[in-house]
Amino acid sequence: MSLSRAFFAIIRRDLVLALRRRAEIANPLLFFILVITLFPLGIGAQPHLLQAIAPGIIWVSALLAAMLSLDSLFRSDFDDGSLEQILLSAHPASILVLGKIIAHWLVTGLPLLIVAPLLAVFLGMPKNSIGILLLTLLLGTPVLSLIGAIGVALTVGLRRGGMILSLLVLPLYVPVLIFASNAVEMAGSGLPVNAQINILVSILFMALVLAPWPTSAALKMSIN
Amino acid sequence: MLLIPDSVVRFFHRMASPPHFYAFTERLMPWLVIIFLFLTGAGLYGGLYLAPPDYQQGDSYRIIYIHVPSAWMSLFIYVVMAVAGAIGLVWRIKLAEIVAISSAPVGASFTFIALVTGSLWGKPMWGTWWVWDARLTSELILLFLYLGVIGLYGAIDDKRVASKAVAILAIVGVVNIPIIHYSVEWWNTLHQGPTVSKLDKPSIHVSMLIPLLLMALAFNVYYLIALIQRARVELLQRERNSQWVKTMVMENKQ
Amino acid sequence: METKPIYSLRGTELSCIRDDRVLFEGLAFELRSGQVLLLEGKNGSGKTSLLRILCGFREPDSGQVLWCGDAINDSEYYADMAYIGHLDGVKKELTVFENLKISLALGRSGHYTIQQALSKVHLSGYDDALVQALSAGQKRRLSLARLLITQNIVWILDEPFTSLDKQGIALIETLMTEHCANGGMIILTSHHDIELHSVDVQRIILS
Repeated sequence: MSLSRAFFAIIRRDLVLALRRRAEIANPLLFFILVITLFPLGIGAQPHLLQAIAPGIIWVSALLAAMLSLDSLFRSDFDDGSLEQILLSAHPASILVLGKIIAHWLVTGLPLLIVAPLLAVFLGMPKNSIGILLLTLLLGTPVLSLIGAIGVALTVGLRRGGMILSLLVLPLYVPVLIFASNAVEMAGSGLPVNAQINILVSILFMALVLAPWPTSAALKMSIN
Repeated sequence: MLLIPDSVVRFFHRMASPPHFYAFTERLMPWLVIIFLFLTGAGLYGGLYLAPPDYQQGDSYRIIYIHVPSAWMSLFIYVVMAVAGAIGLVWRIKLAEIVAISSAPVGASFTFIALVTGSLWGKPMWGTWWVWDARLTSELILLFLYLGVIGLYGAIDDKRVASKAVAILAIVGVVNIPIIHYSVEWWNTLHQGPTVSKLDKPSIHVSMLIPLLLMALAFNVYYLIALIQRARVELLQRERNSQWVKTMVMENKQ
Repeated sequence: METKPIYSLRGTELSCIRDDRVLFEGLAFELRSGQVLLLEGKNGSGKTSLLRILCGFREPDSGQVLWCGDAINDSEYYADMAYIGHLDGVKKELTVFENLKISLALGRSGHYTIQQALSKVHLSGYDDALVQALSAGQKRRLSLARLLITQNIVWILDEPFTSLDKQGIALIETLMTEHCANGGMIILTSHHDIELHSVDVQRIILS
């Protein structure tokens, strides 16, 4: 009855499940690409304008894609009773929940990193900022999953939780959006971005340590 | 608990019992209203009549007597909400849950007032109704946080569960508010350069400061009044099956 | 032979209010190793609510549930209990074996290996079948296998006979008798009459 065995079993289980339901991985990714394609259509394909707002576009789209993917985090477990079994385990629920969040990030957050360079090229971002873009996505998207997990845990029991979820979660995404998109923008102008990256790292660690607690508390409340 | 005198503990225990709270606040209410009217009268007289016009902004600065206390209250109430929510979560005190959720609409209103007055003040100062000023942006996000709390409470049918959800959300929010505030301020200085944010400059003249503090006190008392009224209604609704509510209703009928 | 420790699950002054309706009030019981508690009552009489209170999912509006004298949240209760609710709690995209592996990872290994448990519930040979290919009765038996592979004392079963045929019902009755003989205890709700021989059955009738 070791905690690490349970933790990795949960991650493994969710990864296997994601592999067997591939649409769930693909959907947020397609959404991410699609939204970014819409921007040039909406504001006109002026290279300078697009280049100037590219970091913002990419990050806002990543935010929305992360938010849309959240529902799948606990939904199926809630519906088929697996969530009850996980919470009844003698292991601390917050650790098991953290396992679920990590698995969820691996299947929904990590793929964004893979397509991001392509989209950066679409929007004409300077080469030297693409590395920083990837770094901010690597540091920022786990935070989105961790914070989003709290919101989705609060609303998973509701029949129409979708709209309220965005109201709960998006304001909390503001700091990540600000520091990440700013870092990308600064890197494009060749300025140092250590401060932003350091802040993102500390936000990530804070979220890793703090977010699982309210998430597991909220889940216990939701299965009531 | 050891450091708190016995009488204080007893006072809180009594206050936390719903019938006692209901009866006590009924007696308290007229006094609160009198204090509120007195403070508001004094504050407005001092602010609008006695205080001299600003040498730069003329009379338009006087909106700070509404704007600044509202902005203070908007933050203060969120903290109260989170603390009350945490007390409700940990010690299962019904009254704390009720205080938490009753605070949310009041706090949201103050936030809204702070936003509107800020933009009204901005029109003559900046020439537009809205500028992405750090403080206004923070207030806007705070408003969203309040609306999230209110929306979540409304969406969950079982109100005991809803109170727990709200408490968790408010605690998460209160941890995030400083981070959000700091990030917005940082964003603002990078993108805008320093704006003419004179609204709550610390070097304010005493004749302007005293009315401001009076108004802040008045708003606090107003919050207490609104909170108590909402809490009483919420309490009646939740306890509608309990004996004390039934007897009270019967007594009032006669 | 080692002496089996005696466990007890006690409810004191339990009450539950749902949507302005008092489902039950002042409910008390004490269950010891080897005993079965059968909850009876109409639909909506609070059977499931009581079970969920005993699982710790729901807080009673008053009263306490005690495991060996301690409140369930401050004790080893969750390591000693297993619950099967209305929902089977198995993932339909995983195979039978994978589902049981997860349950095993979340708990402590018990009397039976996965293979033994599967043959006990007549699911041998289904290891690699996806759960979505199973019938409702087979899924039910799969969730019962979960009780066998983990070590636990309290079984909480919500309508365990649903969607089972005669054979399946007899199977559960045998498993329950065995569990009680091994010093376990069971709380269940059921519409069916259960036949448990040589087991001490307490009944609570909720109205």
